[in-house]
Amino acid sequence: MQSNLIDALFIFMLACFIGFEVIRHVSPLLHTPLMSLTNALDAIAVVGAIVLVGEKKSTFATVLGVIAIVAATSNVVGGFLITDRMLRMFKTSRPVKK
Amino acid sequence: MNEFAGSQYVIEIVYLIASALFILSLKWMSSPATARHGILAGEIGMVLAIGGTLLRHGIVDYKWIVIALVLGSGIGIPLGMVQMTAVPQRTALSHAFGALCVTLVGTAEFYLRTPHVEKFMMSVLSMEVILGGLTFTGSLMAAGKLQEILPQRPITYRGQNLVNLVLFILAVGSAVYLVLHPEARIFFPIIVGISLIFGVLFVIPIGGADMPTVISLLNSYAGLSAAAMGFVLDSKLLIIAGALDGSSGLILSIIMSKAMNRSFTNVLFGAFGQVQTAAAGGEEARPVRSATPEEAAAILAAANKVVIVPGYGMAVAQAQHKVRELYDVLTKKGVDVRFAIHPVAGRMPGHMNVLLAEADIPYDRLIEMEEINGDFPQTDVALIIGANDVTNPAARTDQSSPIFGMPILDVDKAHTVMVIKRGMSPGFAGIDNPLYYLDRTLMLFGDAKQFVGSIVRELGGGH
Repeated sequence: MQSNLIDALFIFMLACFIGFEVIRHVSPLLHTPLMSLTNALDAIAVVGAIVLVGEKKSTFATVLGVIAIVAATSNVVGGFLITDRMLRMFKTSRPVKK
Repeated sequence: MNEFAGSQYVIEIVYLIASALFILSLKWMSSPATARHGILAGEIGMVLAIGGTLLRHGIVDYKWIVIALVLGSGIGIPLGMVQMTAVPQRTALSHAFGALCVTLVGTAEFYLRTPHVEKFMMSVLSMEVILGGLTFTGSLMAAGKLQEILPQRPITYRGQNLVNLVLFILAVGSAVYLVLHPEARIFFPIIVGISLIFGVLFVIPIGGADMPTVISLLNSYAGLSAAAMGFVLDSKLLIIAGALDGSSGLILSIIMSKAMNRSFTNVLFGAFGQVQTAAAGGEEARPVRSATPEEAAAILAAANKVVIVPGYGMAVAQAQHKVRELYDVLTKKGVDVRFAIHPVAGRMPGHMNVLLAEADIPYDRLIEMEEINGDFPQTDVALIIGANDVTNPAARTDQSSPIFGMPILDVDKAHTVMVIKRGMSPGFAGIDNPLYYLDRTLMLFGDAKQFVGSIVRELGGGH
């Protein structure tokens, strides 16, 4: 358990650095779709809620879990949908390279 | 036993692939040319992760999972189809939903595990619900302000910072006590309750102009709370996704606070909308020059280089499609038209870019502040539509101005400046703009949409 924990901290630290490096290079043009995309990705928290509901440990946990799944799924679906709609709109006046 | 271990490995590998796809997804967002691959990568990662989770051995009941997934999708689709002008409030709302999910799962996990909760577990669990709780109510407040259900003006009262500080210390203090005494269960609902109240009080004093920073900050908190949840559930995938979201929000907050000339610590501790000693006193009517649509059209038609500066006012007036017609008719006449985008123009990072892209204006015409500022002295006309503080030259020259030091668009260096504005009332921050009194400035009084429409008609364009 203890070593698992340390592993998790290392992963967190590395992921933060990757996040900084990757996102620093995102064009300011795309900051709004970036935010809706990270929002959709963040809704991966749904997996935690799914396990909670599926394991059926207590009614209380199941009720909270169901609400959590609904909230997170709406982010997944809505987030990807609106990011896609936004990105479709970005067009350039330069000839498109084939 | 062996079979059990085998399927666990498969699920972990699926999570590994999903994590890689999430990172690629963000990497491809770096340019509009590859951004749509990014969505696809994200979607595949998401489907894999959810699919893999459904295969887990511990899951015995699928009925409620399926019902909840269907219900969530049903809510998600309309939220994904909102108008582009409503994107800031939709984003705030989705931060609230994400945080709600994290807070609920954290709460359920606490009651399943109590009273045998290790110290570290209890710490991350508290962090999860504190960040989740304040992000949930804070984002709901932000969404309410952006949707104008709640008053957009900052609501301030005496001792506000003190109250917030005390609440925050109470929440953290209770969390520390609970870590040391995990059997004191009563402290858990107290922590959640305080965090929920704190979220409301944290966003109440924030005005519309500070929204881009706040939304970014809430984005970051939502990510960090999800990462904390990853620690609780020992899910590396969740830790990675949360860290990516958290750092993304943090970078955006830093960019926004720089663009508002606020130190980042200042932003972190919520000293937004600081007492704006409304400089709207001294209401002496200084002379301004105004012009009609005909005059404005003639000046624009005679120009070689035009820079349009859009602001939140353009979004409010829904003028972006008329602006596009203006862009078309001027471009057809051989005028070089570009758009100058200030980082905090609008109500969220990148807001103006999305609105102009929606109106079919090519994105290579949208130029960032640093890039375009050097070009203003060679610009014939700077046309300002619904922007105010981001063009205020007092930020460069007047040390007593509340916005002194904020990077602005140097529109006052253009040969002619035209400002479309409803009236002479000062902008959101209540700061007078000396730009309006310059000899080279022409005020175009009226509704942005109608005024641009009249200019387009004069130039013989539009429908």
